[in-house]
Amino acid sequence: MSETTISKEEVAHVAHLAKLAFDDAELEQFTTQLGDILNIFDTLGEVDTTAVEPTYSVTENVNHLRQDVAENWHQKQALLDNAPESAAGLIKVPAILDGEGE
Amino acid sequence: MGTGNFETTIGLEVHVEMQTNSKLMSPSPVHYGDEPNENTNVIDFGYPGVLPVANKGALEFGMRAALALHATVSPFIRWDRKNYFYPDNPKAYQTTQSQTPLGTNGYLDVQLEDGCVKRVRIKELHVEEDAGKNTHGTDGYSYVDLNRQGTPLIEIVSEADIASPEEAYAYLEQLRQTILFTGISEAKMQEGQMRADVNISLRPYGSDQYGTKVEMKNINSFNYVRNALYFEEKRQAEVLRAGGVIQQETRRYNEPTKSTILMRVKEGADDYRYFPEPDLAPVVIDQAWIDKVAAELPKSAAERQHDYVTNLGIEPYDAEVLTQTLAMANFYDATVVAGADAKRAANYLIGDVNAYMNKHQVELSETQLTPEHLAGMIRLIESGTISTKQAKQVFEAIMTGEEPEAFAKKHGLVQISDPAVLLEWITTVLDANPQSIEDFKGGKDRATGFLIGQLMKMSKGQANPGIMNKMLLEELAKR
Repeated sequence: MSETTISKEEVAHVAHLAKLAFDDAELEQFTTQLGDILNIFDTLGEVDTTAVEPTYSVTENVNHLRQDVAENWHQKQALLDNAPESAAGLIKVPAILDGEGE
Repeated sequence: MGTGNFETTIGLEVHVEMQTNSKLMSPSPVHYGDEPNENTNVIDFGYPGVLPVANKGALEFGMRAALALHATVSPFIRWDRKNYFYPDNPKAYQTTQSQTPLGTNGYLDVQLEDGCVKRVRIKELHVEEDAGKNTHGTDGYSYVDLNRQGTPLIEIVSEADIASPEEAYAYLEQLRQTILFTGISEAKMQEGQMRADVNISLRPYGSDQYGTKVEMKNINSFNYVRNALYFEEKRQAEVLRAGGVIQQETRRYNEPTKSTILMRVKEGADDYRYFPEPDLAPVVIDQAWIDKVAAELPKSAAERQHDYVTNLGIEPYDAEVLTQTLAMANFYDATVVAGADAKRAANYLIGDVNAYMNKHQVELSETQLTPEHLAGMIRLIESGTISTKQAKQVFEAIMTGEEPEAFAKKHGLVQISDPAVLLEWITTVLDANPQSIEDFKGGKDRATGFLIGQLMKMSKGQANPGIMNKMLLEELAKR
């Protein structure tokens, strides 16, 4: 089995997507650590899964659905109290650069 | 279509908020215009340990859209996570369907300006969550309202079959009406209930490869979509003609300048790190379930228009006006069922009722008018019980919830058509005005006007003018 490798660039890219800032030493450290973790996962590759359907869910449960009935749990205040900052019923966050998100 | 030597290719992804009672993954109410964060709970806030359960009603609304767009409803769907970090969604992922869309391979027939019908293929439809709303302050902070977070959306992805900004506009109009008549959304643009992501590319005529596409996201007006595409079509043609290359990028439409501005160079699809949602059970959709939803699907605008014109004798233009909203079409159908003359009911809804709604800036559902009351008033007119003139007063009354027959009786708004009663009045008036009879015989038309005036006075305006006129002339001839 060949070993999976992860490059420093890939680690930097994933960190960027996760909005995390690492310095060069940290990037080196995480590249090594993530590489080691991925290598352990490589053990799974030794099992022949060619005839096995991918598992998307670990329960046999299907159609576990809820009727479309609205319920207000009245948690607004508790949720806002737990936010780092809030004002006028809104969650206050550091300014967001326009154009990101969905 | 196209610009110069280039052929334009446009694809649209349209998001429509579905007006379910509750959110897609939490029971919080779906309701526009409430106090910020009023309709949120721990699930909407993405707290750890919560156990979201999907909303059956949202899936059924999605199935309605799929059926209305002639798509195949998938027998099996599961949910995926689309990961991104942005404060409008504290879960840091959107629950969506990337691998098993609810509907595939549909189409929409679009009526174009020139009368041609263009079939735009629908690649897929999927149900997913909407995000919250950010307001960017000038104080270095942004403010987040999560009321909208988790509202079910149906995303409708077209194939790149659209060849011009005009076609894109026509497609959006047709799509809006189609969705409106499924009853899943009022698709109000001004409330952001319908938003379009558009992509556009140009290629030389005859080329079998698409050009590089540019995307513009979240445009909430059909006009803006059209303007953005006009601008982009021209911009790309100029770049290509100058020998340049189009970058794959996301641009933003700026209305004041009617131009598009570069936002960012496109991230690859992999950057969303989709993976199967482990907390939600997959859904199996059998034919019986699809049949049940199909049976609940309201009749489309096109079917209703056809029915109005061929079975009820309504003019095609009027049939179109009556089917501008589902509420109006449903109201019209109910009025006809309640026994109203179809043509008169159409005229009242298109004329007086629409005028009333415009004047008072209200929706039909916000008035006190019921189909039964409108039908009741129309029956009073048809039977000659009230005149169309008297109906004006009755109309004002039924708009505020009065029962038409009771109102007409209470206010003496009855028309007298009984020939025996009319004859008695005519005889009395003629006996009292011999000079007018002489004048009439001498050819003075004015004389009848005077006599009718007398009769109206005597009947307190209640004489049926049509019948009375006819009888008066008959009686004058006998004298």
